[in-house]
Amino acid sequence: MIALAWEWLLDPAHWQGPGGVPTRVLQHLGLVGATILIAGTIALAAGFYIGHTRRGRGLVVGLSGALRAMPTLGLLVFLAVQFGFGVRLAIIPTLIVLVVLAIPPILAGAYAGIESVAPATVDASRALGLTEWQILWRVEFPLALPLIFGGLRSAVLQVVATATVAAYISLGGLGRYLFDALPVQDYPQMLAGAILVAALALLLDLFLILISRAVLPAGVRVTRAPLQKKQPTERTS
Amino acid sequence: MTWIGENLDQIGELLLTHMALSLPPILLGVLIAVPLGWVAHRYRWGRGVLLGISGLLYTIPSLALIVAMPSILGTQILNPLNLIVALTLYAVALMVRTAADAFDQVDPTVLDSAVALGYGPWRRFWGVQLPLAGPVILAGTRVISSSTVSLVTLGALVGMSGLGYFFTDGFQRAFPLEILVGIIGTILVAVIFDLALVLLGRLLLPWARTPARARRLRTVVEVTA
Repeated sequence: MIALAWEWLLDPAHWQGPGGVPTRVLQHLGLVGATILIAGTIALAAGFYIGHTRRGRGLVVGLSGALRAMPTLGLLVFLAVQFGFGVRLAIIPTLIVLVVLAIPPILAGAYAGIESVAPATVDASRALGLTEWQILWRVEFPLALPLIFGGLRSAVLQVVATATVAAYISLGGLGRYLFDALPVQDYPQMLAGAILVAALALLLDLFLILISRAVLPAGVRVTRAPLQKKQPTERTS
Repeated sequence: MTWIGENLDQIGELLLTHMALSLPPILLGVLIAVPLGWVAHRYRWGRGVLLGISGLLYTIPSLALIVAMPSILGTQILNPLNLIVALTLYAVALMVRTAADAFDQVDPTVLDSAVALGYGPWRRFWGVQLPLAGPVILAGTRVISSSTVSLVTLGALVGMSGLGYFFTDGFQRAFPLEILVGIIGTILVAVIFDLALVLLGRLLLPWARTPARARRLRTVVEVTA
């Protein structure tokens, strides 16, 4: 079976046209990119506010915990059917579901990162005459970067995985290979699709690790606490 | 609403199937991950290798893993074993790090005291190390429990039973109420499992009734989640 999937992947016919691998990968990436952009804007802003002011933390932790059990497939089809987005406007329920999914890990990374900055450091910056804004951007933000990237990585992984499920309501992306192959029992194509998704997830994760290494200010990595080495520990799809 | 009344039998049946499909991955996940976490805690090489592999496993999207299972295991596509094995792998991938952290946070001086009292390695592990790591292991178990319950719904995409059936069936019939029943049912199963775990924790870890330290570490688990 794996050999057959490999054969499928190597067939040049599968690498061109509207159903070809490059098109599907781009569709998948587009969906992931749009989601992270929207979710990132909301979650980073909220996370910085919570982390800096230490307000609203309990609410967010509770909400994230409750969301963990929310089945994404269920929410996706419910939105698609209930609000009549249906198959025609499949992008709307998909984006809503993916954004809902991506917000908790990014938010958690953001507020935990800001909170992890030693209070003495923040006090020292205040004593030096920095405004709250300057403290956030020039002190807390750079020191929080490792955790912020941890949250982002977790979100990207979840979104790459769940974007596959989105193909169920007729959207493009790599999930198509799974859902097109399922009714006709074309297992080599299903497995090839699975391999492509896994490869994309791995590459994106690697890419984010490299970026985080590149943008981390010198010294942050050396002084980071054990807490910050932790990896995301949850996945809902 | 009449739909619910007319289909109570099926709802109950799928609820039970869902529980039956969720339980093995959670149990196996903990049983496999805790020893691996101990190895990762104890040996430097173990930490690198085990946490590396579990991180890699975690990167593979679950649907892809479920779909690929028949060709890896040589099973039929509808065999529930596919779902169970795939989700067990997931649970282990999520849990190994938490288990390693759980052992890491046990105060080494406490372990030294146990040695001073004449505890051998075996007794020290079962009598001191494992119980003290318990609260954090429990916190990790609660995380994998709710994520596994939610992931089982994906099985419906490849034709497996469980509450996810209401999603695919409700979508095909454009019937939101049925989908809603599936969502609420899934959350209900997750809540029941979570309560069961909390209760189990109270019974097995009575000393952790006011787990300030555990709570702090649990937040860390959630933070990184």
